[in-house]
Amino acid sequence: MPESSRTIISTAPFLHDQATTPRIMWEVVLSMMPLLLAGFYFFGLSAVLVTAVCVLACMGTEWLFQGGAKLRDGSALITGMLLAFTLPPGFPLWMAFVGGVVAIGMGKAIWGGLGQNIFNPALVGRAFLQAAFPGAITTWELPDGQYLTGRGGNFSLPFLKADVVDAISGATPLAKMKFSHELTNWSDLLVGNTSGCIGETSTALILLAGLYLAYRGLINWRIPIGIFIAVATLSALVYGSAPDRYPPPHFMLMAGGLMLGAVYMATDLVTSPLTSNGIWIYSCGIGALVVLIRLWGGLPEGVMYAILLMNAATPLINRYTRRRVYGHS
Amino acid sequence: MHSDQSYTGSLQTFRHGVHPESYKERSSASPIERMPFVEEYTMHLNQHLGAPSKPIVREGQRVRRGELIAEAGGFVSVALHAPVDGTVVAIDLFSHPNGQMQPAIKIRIDPYSTQRMEVPLPEIPVEQMDYQAFINGVQQAGIVGMGGAAFPAHVKFAIPEGKVCRYLMLNGCECEPFLTCDHRIMVEYADALIDGTRILQHFVQAEKIFIGIEANKPDAIAILREAAGSSGLPIEVAPLQVKYPQGAEKMMITAILGEEVPSGKLPLDVGTMVSNVGTIVAVADYFRRSKPLIERVLTVTGTAVQRAANLLVPIGTPMRQVVEYCGGITVPSPRILLGGPMMGMVQKNLDVPVVKGTSGILILTDKEVQSFDTYSCIRCGRCLDACPLFLNPAKMGLLAKNGLWDELEENNVLDCFECASCSFVCPSGIPLVQSFRVGKSMIREKKARENK
Ligand code: SF4
Ligand code: SF4
Repeated sequence: MPESSRTIISTAPFLHDQATTPRIMWEVVLSMMPLLLAGFYFFGLSAVLVTAVCVLACMGTEWLFQGGAKLRDGSALITGMLLAFTLPPGFPLWMAFVGGVVAIGMGKAIWGGLGQNIFNPALVGRAFLQAAFPGAITTWELPDGQYLTGRGGNFSLPFLKADVVDAISGATPLAKMKFSHELTNWSDLLVGNTSGCIGETSTALILLAGLYLAYRGLINWRIPIGIFIAVATLSALVYGSAPDRYPPPHFMLMAGGLMLGAVYMATDLVTSPLTSNGIWIYSCGIGALVVLIRLWGGLPEGVMYAILLMNAATPLINRYTRRRVYGHS
Repeated sequence: MHSDQSYTGSLQTFRHGVHPESYKERSSASPIERMPFVEEYTMHLNQHLGAPSKPIVREGQRVRRGELIAEAGGFVSVALHAPVDGTVVAIDLFSHPNGQMQPAIKIRIDPYSTQRMEVPLPEIPVEQMDYQAFINGVQQAGIVGMGGAAFPAHVKFAIPEGKVCRYLMLNGCECEPFLTCDHRIMVEYADALIDGTRILQHFVQAEKIFIGIEANKPDAIAILREAAGSSGLPIEVAPLQVKYPQGAEKMMITAILGEEVPSGKLPLDVGTMVSNVGTIVAVADYFRRSKPLIERVLTVTGTAVQRAANLLVPIGTPMRQVVEYCGGITVPSPRILLGGPMMGMVQKNLDVPVVKGTSGILILTDKEVQSFDTYSCIRCGRCLDACPLFLNPAKMGLLAKNGLWDELEENNVLDCFECASCSFVCPSGIPLVQSFRVGKSMIREKKARENK
């Protein structure tokens, strides 16, 4: 183990709390398993394939840059799973692999590794894929109960575009809203029985996972709560002003990647502010940006950019929300 | 501000801090036992903060129990007394618990002596002394802060020109895991504690006296409430929330008064004098029974010692014999700590004597003194939520690691009192407080150089 040095303790403290970084990371991975299962339930083997490829790419890249010891902290595994959860189930596997490499390579390694990066690595990978493959990443499919067949797009090869186009596409709730003003049933949104990314569709499961993580102290509950409050208030105001033109707040909260983003992406420890005040600014900022982008931007979804933008603002927020040190005025 | 709360209700405390397991059950119900006399005692001249004491005895000289053997070496220094009737056999360098060889007086016991102490009481009763005579008395009695730092008590008891002592606080928090000696002192020496308080109060004339006790010592709280009630002194027993480092001076003041001690200032700057309960008992011992500080209560505990106990041990007793009295060590390669596990020090072996600041001898197994892997900082913020001073240990740790001492100082590392809460919670096992100790000494060194 060259990278993680074993500390032989010769000075106080001689007691240590139970939580260790690997344990924190593995518990987060555990909390994501139900979401992966739901992905499998709705989208079949494709969900598992895309996730496996992303995880492989992330862990392989981590290993390449940082060596095997760093894999034990589990963070590359989380990045891989999170990246996959934000991809459509029929996404070509080779592109998913590229996304994984970019997530770790550009999202983390070039910053100097875990703890140094400014942006959430999974979202860096996602943003890259969105820019590089705008077609594939907006090719959606409906849950169809076909568990064992891979989706058409999964096995397409680089530079041969044909397969992607062949896929039967089903617009996401957000796209339906944006482009044809069609509201998706709230119970489908709650369960996750809609088209969308692998791990983002089931509002109920993500909320449960979030409750667990908050209860265990693994995420800062203020982050999702701040986002929810901001999204709910702003969209309620907008909806109240013109109910026939804008979606209602519950739709804004449950559709698309908001839940997944609020519980798993925005809460990334490394890229969110350190103090409670900073966290309120950060989380409300994300919520506000999501509403802005979704309602008035060109894209149906804005969670990814909202989080990345507030990630970028985090160092600044940290600077301006310094705490008053005990005994200083 | 404080209020009269019962300890079953909401408890006063400071903000942040941590909750290590207490491990106190092993010894908290064991009454204080008197450690039997042994053959030889090593009296270090340097067992308090400040200048070492100056020996006034020669090799071969006979000394009596309680007799002065070294006088204070300056204002910030205290006297030293023989713990037994015996003969000075050497004045030489001996191993000190701080790891160095340091000058000490070795006394061989007189095996035929009854060890009765026959030092006369001071000529005038303490109540008739003036403040200065009282301060001198405390210094001559060799009394130091018994909480562990061993700072000369008379220096703390002296109120500088222009300052007033509105509150007197007795510290019975004992927030370090494992230690129970202060707990037993409060339970068993309650009368002496109140008596010592009466003496100190006679001089400082505080408006109010608080005894801060963590709520996990209900027997001590009950006994002291009763003793305080019949004392006629303005004492309030304040049960405090069980939280580390509740026993740190600043944290106790904040818990009880709701006020902060300004950075770089002393408790007296907010009108408060804080003293450990053991120190106050030592004051009563000297002025009422003319017994100087020649013995102290300490806790011997840990999973690798046969029997956990609270012992009244003469200063200078070899630690090996103290541990043997408790049945010895039960594992082949123990880890020995002096003081508590959060702020104590590793001791390589037991061939050092008990000093005035020895509050506990902890014998743990190798496994318990966990060694763990270190990972990168994941910016989880746990250290920020732990630091009772609201510092930013994560940032300070990074600065210290990179040797950026100036920036480290700007981030207030000099305020850090090394409570180790940050290292305790860090899931990445980053040696935070350890690096702050280094950083602080680098900054101090640099300042000393600049001031030349
Ligand atoms: S507790 Fe450790 S890992 Fe967490 S922010 Fe502090 S230094 Fe970093
Ligand atoms: S920074 Fe200093 S005062 Fe703060 S928790 Fe760490 S050791 Fe304690």
